[in-house]
Amino acid sequence: MSAHNAQTMTLTLHVWRQAGPNEPGRLEQYEAKNVSPDQSFLEMLDEVNEELIKAGKDPIAFDHDCREGICGMCSQVINGVPHGGQERTTVCQLHMRTFKNGDSIYIEPWRAVAFPVQKDLIVDRSNLEKIMQAGGYTSAHTGGVADGNAILISKIAADYAMDAAECIGCGACVAACPNGSAMLYTSAKVAQLAALPQGQVEAAARVTAMADALTEAGFGNCSNHYECQAACPKGISVKFIARLNREFQKALFK
Amino acid sequence: MILDGKCPKGPIQTSWDRHRFDLKLVNPANKRKYKILVVGTGLAGGAAAASLGELGYNVEAFCYQDSARRAHSIAAQGGINAAKAYPNDGDSIYRLFYDTIKGGDFRAREADVWRLAQVSNNIIDQCVAQGVPFARDYAGYLDNRSFGGAQVSRTFYARGQTGQQLLLGAYSALSRQVKAGTVKLFARTEMLDLVVVDGEAKGITVRDLVTGEIRTHVGDAVVLATGGYVNVFYLSTNAMGCSVTANWRAHKKGAFFANPCYTQIHPTCIPQHGEHQSKLTLMSESLRNDGRCWVPKAKGDQRPPAQIPDEDRDYYLERKYPSFGNLAPRDIASRAAKEQCDDGRGVGPGGRGVYLDFADSIKRLSEGTIRERYGNLFEMYEKITDENAYKVPMRMYPAPHYSMGGLWVDYNCESNVPGLFVLGEANFSVHGANRLGASALMQGLADGYFVIPYTIANYLAKTKPGAVKADHPECKKSVEDIKANTQKLLSINGKKTVSEFHRELGKIMWENVGMARSEESLKDALKKIPVLREEFWKNVKVTGGPGELNQQLENAGRVADFLEFAELMTKDALHRNESCGGHFRVEHQMPDGEAKRDDENYCYVGAWEFKGVGKEPELHKEPLTFDNVHLAVRSYK
Ligand SMILES: Cc1cc2nc3c(=O)[nH]c(=O)nc-3n(C[C@H](O)[C@H](O)[C@H](O)COP(=O)(O)OP(=O)(O)OC[C@H]3O[C@@H](n4cnc5c(N)ncnc54)[C@H](O)[C@@H]3O)c2cc1C
Repeated sequence: MSAHNAQTMTLTLHVWRQAGPNEPGRLEQYEAKNVSPDQSFLEMLDEVNEELIKAGKDPIAFDHDCREGICGMCSQVINGVPHGGQERTTVCQLHMRTFKNGDSIYIEPWRAVAFPVQKDLIVDRSNLEKIMQAGGYTSAHTGGVADGNAILISKIAADYAMDAAECIGCGACVAACPNGSAMLYTSAKVAQLAALPQGQVEAAARVTAMADALTEAGFGNCSNHYECQAACPKGISVKFIARLNREFQKALFK
Repeated sequence: MILDGKCPKGPIQTSWDRHRFDLKLVNPANKRKYKILVVGTGLAGGAAAASLGELGYNVEAFCYQDSARRAHSIAAQGGINAAKAYPNDGDSIYRLFYDTIKGGDFRAREADVWRLAQVSNNIIDQCVAQGVPFARDYAGYLDNRSFGGAQVSRTFYARGQTGQQLLLGAYSALSRQVKAGTVKLFARTEMLDLVVVDGEAKGITVRDLVTGEIRTHVGDAVVLATGGYVNVFYLSTNAMGCSVTANWRAHKKGAFFANPCYTQIHPTCIPQHGEHQSKLTLMSESLRNDGRCWVPKAKGDQRPPAQIPDEDRDYYLERKYPSFGNLAPRDIASRAAKEQCDDGRGVGPGGRGVYLDFADSIKRLSEGTIRERYGNLFEMYEKITDENAYKVPMRMYPAPHYSMGGLWVDYNCESNVPGLFVLGEANFSVHGANRLGASALMQGLADGYFVIPYTIANYLAKTKPGAVKADHPECKKSVEDIKANTQKLLSINGKKTVSEFHRELGKIMWENVGMARSEESLKDALKKIPVLREEFWKNVKVTGGPGELNQQLENAGRVADFLEFAELMTKDALHRNESCGGHFRVEHQMPDGEAKRDDENYCYVGAWEFKGVGKEPELHKEPLTFDNVHLAVRSYK
């Protein structure tokens, strides 16, 4: 049986507070008391917020929804690392047992030119949508498609596509990149569809359109720092960036 | 009033085909003159908006998250059913239909369920064409697994993230339509009212969650695909933002609410660990393909699981239901788990848990195989509990998961308010009193891709496009009402937080209207809920202002609606004086503890009409008839 640790912790939080997109922001200090090691990071923040509300203060705004690591809504930089730095873990799945009594924790929003802050820890990620809209799909019409087993796909290709498709679109890769590039995000979709027969018909047009959209939306260039892979809560590999580059080269010669 | 589901008559096998021929069409050149408002971008709403946009309609789609891709469908793990019969194991459209009717404990409409089973096969094809990376075998064919309540393998999956992959498929189709200019997306926008003009649904009033602006969007028809309401229990497997709000506000504008008491408690969730917990995490039903449920035979056996020999273990599902074993349906498996714990044989903190053990499968198949099948689930389990389930069995307890009830709709997915269509978990249509695993994803996509594109035309063809303008008095009134309500919430300035009220409501509902309901517990809840609601409106504290990003305000509105809805749900449970599926009234059970239906008196859909907060709602009945499946006692023994 696990160590169900009854001992609680007291932590000092330094949280980015910013009233709106055009307001100045600053770090404010709060104390989190009676934190149980079994609590999730967001549950710890919930409790801090309950105290703030009772004191008549504005609670800390942060994005969250499914709280099981899949919706991609939560987006906090904790002690300088997107999602807090535990391998393959979103903020909502980060548990307080990874911290020690007395720790100081710095909590900030995603920082990137293409992600303006909306309030406190909440940023606007709609630029990611534009990349998808540029070509992140096969142009299959509803209805009138072939039987699912009419297209055979090797297990290797299906697994490779699935590895790429696991991206949750949270934007941690952008937040981790010194250039604020969304290359890992874009490459995951390009690679998933390029690896499947259904996606190959439009592969060249797709990679070109998505790469253009990436630049137009104000994301930076990729210069192979690979911070994105380290920060990705789903472990999306930079090998997909290499794939994107290959697909791009192929498209140029078409 | 006796409600008519308008199901096609005649042989069920051809019912949908005949119905499609009878439906009116809108000609291609006229489609773009019609505007359709789709609320929700999950599997149901996302698929609907993409398909309607592709047909050429002018679509506006709304969701409360910052992206359409984050709807809670994203969290579905295990899989999606279809009657493909690829494994050659005896499946057919008829069998999927039969299993679903029986699984729902004979409380769903035959015609709707038949259609679902029929189009299930198109869904798989559609998703494959979109590039959904379903699991494949080494020969390159689609792979299947088994789910509860079925003796065939008809579940398609993408690792433990099937919902994510299906939703991303729908989202990519949606993105394509956004680029084509047929769909306009409104993210971080919450619907707070339905605008009804001359008895028909013609618009919605929304709040922009970033700026706080409250405005009306008008259209020629409204489609609600806003998901389920089990957050009425506070702790559930739903996302934090899931609410009954869209449905409830439509209900207050005249839409009937059907079978609100049918809620599903899922048998395998990670047990609660403390008072400050914000949600419960599901461990997919697919785990029961390879995991065995057991508790110690002796009460209060405190030995670690590895030291309890086989003869001292009670594999209670295998014992009680030998033919379905660990894959008994959810309502049955949940009650069985509760029964073991109530009997003092539960494990883990507080004795509220049962083991789900993989040791035998690991021995038979290897740890690698189990990892390949469920790796992400084991990982998630470890993050939450700090336990390695390859070494020690998982501990599980039932938790609120899904709502079978929802807004009443006819065979066209149209509510009793003309022009208001309801899809996916938000409607009541196909799962009866209990949903089978892997059938919600199927329903969402069936409704969105293959039903609404046909049935909505039948309504639109009878209307003049653009008849209602944004300056219509009903729109203005709706905006004023919502603004007043917002102001009221902000001005109370009481002592208790929104979450405190939600938690209290959840406790009342879980204890009185949860897995075991009695006349006494329900009447007790009916006393407590109005008291809590009254206190809420006097003593809630909502910080901040109306014209800004204000999460407390959002939440306050949702909890206020739950406080009204909870009463209807409890009333429905009290009125339904029988046990069926997930609705278990302790007064009505078989000698062996199984649910005892009363077909003579309750073989109907109960649809409620709103008459005012705190006022007695009016019940309308839609009788259910079974012409193709014999109405029988449900057995999984
Ligand atoms: C953890 C979990 C695992 C599951 N696993 C499976 C599985 O393996 N197989 C299976 O078949 N089913 C599964 N289910 C059930 C299934 O996922 C859901 O029933 C289904 O996805 C619901 O889809 P939907 O489109 O109806 O609603 P949702 O996906 O919940 O979408 C609701 C949409 O409505 C929007 N919305 C809601 N209210 C408003 C409002 N007021 N204003 C504006 N927008 C609003 C939301 O933003 C969202 O876009 C699972 C469910 C959960 C919770």
